[in-house]
Order: sequence, then structure tokens, then C-alpha cells
Amino acid sequence: MSAALLSLEGVHVAYGKVEAVRGVTLKLDEGQITTVIGANGAGKTTLLSAAAGLLPWSGRAQYRGQDLSRMTVEDRVERGFCLVPEQRALFGDMPVLDNLLLGAFVRRHDKAFVRKSLDAVFEQFPRLAERQTQLAQTLSGGERQMLAIGRALMSQPRLLLLDEPSLGLAPTIVRDVLKRVRGLRDQGVSILLVEQNARAALDVADYAYVMDTGEFVLEGAATDMANDERVMATYLGGRIE
Amino acid sequence: MSLDIVLILLIDGLSTGAIYLLAGLGFVLVFSVTRVIFIPSGDIAAFAALTLAAFQSRTVPGSIWLVAAMAVLACLAECVTLVRNGSARRLPHAIFFYAVLPLIPCIAGLAIAKQDVPEILRIAITMALILPMGVLIDRLTLRPLATSSTLILFIVAIAVHFLIAGIGLIVFGPEGVRTNPILDGVASLPGGVVVPAQQILMMIVALLLSLVFYLFFGRSITGKALRATASNRVGARLMGIRPERAAAAAYLIASGLAAIVGILIAPVTTMYYDSGFMIGLKASVGAIIGGMASYPITAIGSVFIGILESGASFVASDYKEIIIFSVVIPVLIWRSFAVHRDGDEEIEELA
Repeated sequence: MSAALLSLEGVHVAYGKVEAVRGVTLKLDEGQITTVIGANGAGKTTLLSAAAGLLPWSGRAQYRGQDLSRMTVEDRVERGFCLVPEQRALFGDMPVLDNLLLGAFVRRHDKAFVRKSLDAVFEQFPRLAERQTQLAQTLSGGERQMLAIGRALMSQPRLLLLDEPSLGLAPTIVRDVLKRVRGLRDQGVSILLVEQNARAALDVADYAYVMDTGEFVLEGAATDMANDERVMATYLGGRIE
Repeated sequence: MSLDIVLILLIDGLSTGAIYLLAGLGFVLVFSVTRVIFIPSGDIAAFAALTLAAFQSRTVPGSIWLVAAMAVLACLAECVTLVRNGSARRLPHAIFFYAVLPLIPCIAGLAIAKQDVPEILRIAITMALILPMGVLIDRLTLRPLATSSTLILFIVAIAVHFLIAGIGLIVFGPEGVRTNPILDGVASLPGGVVVPAQQILMMIVALLLSLVFYLFFGRSITGKALRATASNRVGARLMGIRPERAAAAAYLIASGLAAIVGILIAPVTTMYYDSGFMIGLKASVGAIIGGMASYPITAIGSVFIGILESGASFVASDYKEIIIFSVVIPVLIWRSFAVHRDGDEEIEELA
């Protein structure tokens, strides 16, 4: 457990009396893409929001060996732990460039760092460079997703939590976004990916957890999970034999 | 109505509008960052005027004791919170920010209160003394409720107004004051119209500060971080922008603007301990015209309210307030039709 970049142990999250996440245990190793797949309402987004510090939770959680229970969202960001939420949470009335610059807010005093990050993001997402003066709210769905990921990358995080990056995107754009997610892993960013699109998620992930009604019901290497009959039956179009 | 009178009313309206503009910008800033309709900003303006008047009459202004007490209480509150959250390493920063910084102008104020010092020093110390008031009010009353509904925050803001005004009555007394003009003399316009230099100063300061505001929010990363918090609070937090620090910056700027309003208006209007409420209320009409969100429209709205007030004072003095506040109704109807909602703006705070 101690070698993991992120470890959650017996994590519970509740909305009042309703428990949305029930005793989840997860381990994410450095340099890996770990995915949590499951149906709508399984508790995936709740788990991710709690891990990022946006929701109160109970249990044990560590990031790089440090206790997460007393870290605020902002403390996490300062330590390279970034969430790209399902709703993107962009600054719609601000230009793309300002959105990106604010992504490096925690390193704002290091101008060289910000410049280097900006160049790297523009190289990764050339469309953002073309649209840098455009207001974020005028971007297409795919561009918004790229901006949300690009903005999170501006602080050069070690761990990126991606919540449903394929949501609302056309299949070709989903493939493109996930290809870039794999590219990030290759550059050394560890990723916790939450997806409803199980097939796409298992294609890029190294390790996978299947979530159902607030609990992990299956886990294993992503390639094994892609061939698991129960996963195929429930999440990959029912190709059970 | 002759052209001379129109010109006089216009200049009077522009200088009044300049005051509403400064106060209105503070309203919009605080509301957009914190969702608080900061009614006490008018009281802060009145405190600035009364503090400067006290310095000019060689007495110790009661606001020194108020700010000092608030600083000690706010520092205690912050330290207790930090210790409870296991963030004791931030204690020195909290003590410096909430106690040391506000106490410096208190001590300076005590030192110069009975001395014969240059006017500019009195104004500077008044500014420095009043500047932390918004931040301290926030820390003591509003921050603990930061995640409450806008309605609760509004009710608390009204309660704080009555509290501050009540304290104002105790520490300053019921008498009205006028301060010495910052600029003496008059300027003559073509047609024989004479404008007091103080009114011209009010307009110039408003213009310059609007420019500073524009540059701050358009160019600086801190200004952009404040806009980001206003635009999407969750998104800002996910970038490491701490909402409590954004709020503190907003209150600091709003207090600064309120202090300037008080210092500028005191030579031309008699100020009482409770005069700030009406100034704030009229400035809020400008902010409402701007939808509590747009700085340029708030600026235009505030100047419009200033000119309207000036005209109404001349034509129908008794109905002046009725005319000004009646503007709110058509503006709200227009705003309710013009509401534009964007998907990304709808994200609510998750916790």
C-alpha cells in the first residue's frame, strides 16, 4: 500500500443518510492509468469528487504517503493532485488563454514554468492555441474537454483525476481524447479515469475497478477485465457466450 | 431650464455618479466572488469620513478601538480554526494578516491623532485604518457562513450593517461632520459655470480607479483569479485558488473603494454615523443595473443614477429617493427577460 501514489481504504461517502460510496478500497500506482467503470449512478463521480476533497468522506486515504483527510482541495492541487470534473468547470466568460494561465495558478510566480507548461499544452492540443483568444463558453464540446484537460495539465500534476472525459462527445472525438490521455500516461502523469464508456476506458487503462451501487464488485488488469464475461455482459454490450 | 442649469446639474450628477460608481464596483466585486450583498460597505464609507473628521479635529477616532478589537477577535477566530484543522503551521501568517497588519494603522492613528501633521498623512492613515474593515467583518461574521444560501448571507449583511452603524453612534456620536476639502478652489467653465475643485477630483479619482480596476482584472493573475472565482467557484478551487483568500481580496478592495468614497464625499456632504446606508443603497441600484456582475454596465448605471438624482433634486426634490429607487423595478423586469444561462455556469458547489 505504501508504494502506491494514491490509496483509498474503506472510503465511505454519504449525501445525508444516503450512502453513495460504501467502503471502497483502491490503489493507484505511479505512471499508471487506473479506471473505475460502472453504470450511471454507481457512485463513480461521487468517489472522485470525495477523493479530490470536494465532498466530505470517511475512511483512510493517502496520496504520496500523506494523509488526505486534512488536505483541502487547494492543498491537493499544490501537491500535484488535480481533478477534471464531469462538468469541466471552465471559466466560460474568460478566454481560453486565461483559463490555461489560471491552470498554473499555484505556480504563478514561476514565469518560466508557466511559459513552458503553456507551450507543452499548445503542442499537445494545437486547437487550443488556435482558439486562445476565444471565450471558453463558445468552444465545442470536444474543445471544452481539451481545454479542461489542458488547464489541469498547466500545473504539471503528478496525478490527474478525469471524470467522464467522453461525456457528450462524438465517438471519433472520444477516441482522440482517450488517445491523448494515454499520451499523458506515457509522459509520466498517473491517471484515475472514471468512465461510463467501459470499452473506451478499458482500452487505455492498465488496471480497472468495476463499481456498482457504491461498491467495487470486480477489479483486475484492464485487459483481463475487457475479456471478463461478467464485465462483457453488463458493460460491453452483453456479448456473453 | 437654461443651459447653465443643465450643465450644473450634469456636473453635479457626474460627481455624485462617480461616488456611486466606486461604491457600485465594490458591490459587484464582493457579490460576484462571495455571493454577499455587502450592505456594510456604505457604513465603511461613513466610518472613513468620520475618522478623517476626527483626525482633523485633533481627537482620537473611535474607529481605532473598533478596528483593533475586530483585529484581535478575527485573529483569535482564525487561529482557533487553523489549530482545529491541523494547520498550525499557518498561525504566523494568520497573526500577521489578521492582527499585525490592521494594528499598525491603529497605532499610527493614536500617534498622530493629536498632532499637527500634513493632511495627506491623515488621509493615508484613515485609508490604512479603514482598509481592513471589510476583511475583518468577513472573517468574524460572513466566512463561517460562506456556504449558506444567498438569502442567509444577505440577512447577515443587513444585521452587520445595523451592528456597525450602532457602534458608529457609540464611538462617533450623533453629530454630523464635514471634512476639509482635499482640493480647494473652483474651476470656471465656459458660460460662467463654476465647478468646485473637489467635485472635479471626485470624477478624476473615479475615472482613474476604473482604469486601475480594468487593468487589474484584465491583466493581473490575481485579478483573473478573482474573476475565475466569480465565474466558477468549483473550477477556481480545482486550480488551487482558495475561496477564502479570493473573498479576502474582494473585501479588501471593496473596503478601499468605500474608504475613498467616504473621504471624497465628506467635504461636500455632511456625514453622520448612519449616512453610509443610503449611499450604499443608491450605489446598489447601479450594481443592480449591472446585474451584480458586469463592471462596465455598473459604471454606466451608477453614473446614470447620479445624474438622475441630480435632476430629480432640482425638478422634484421631495420625490428624489422615490424616483431613484423606482428605477430598480423596470431594470429587474428587463433583467428577468434578458437572463442568459450557460451550461457551464450552472455548476453548483458540491460541498
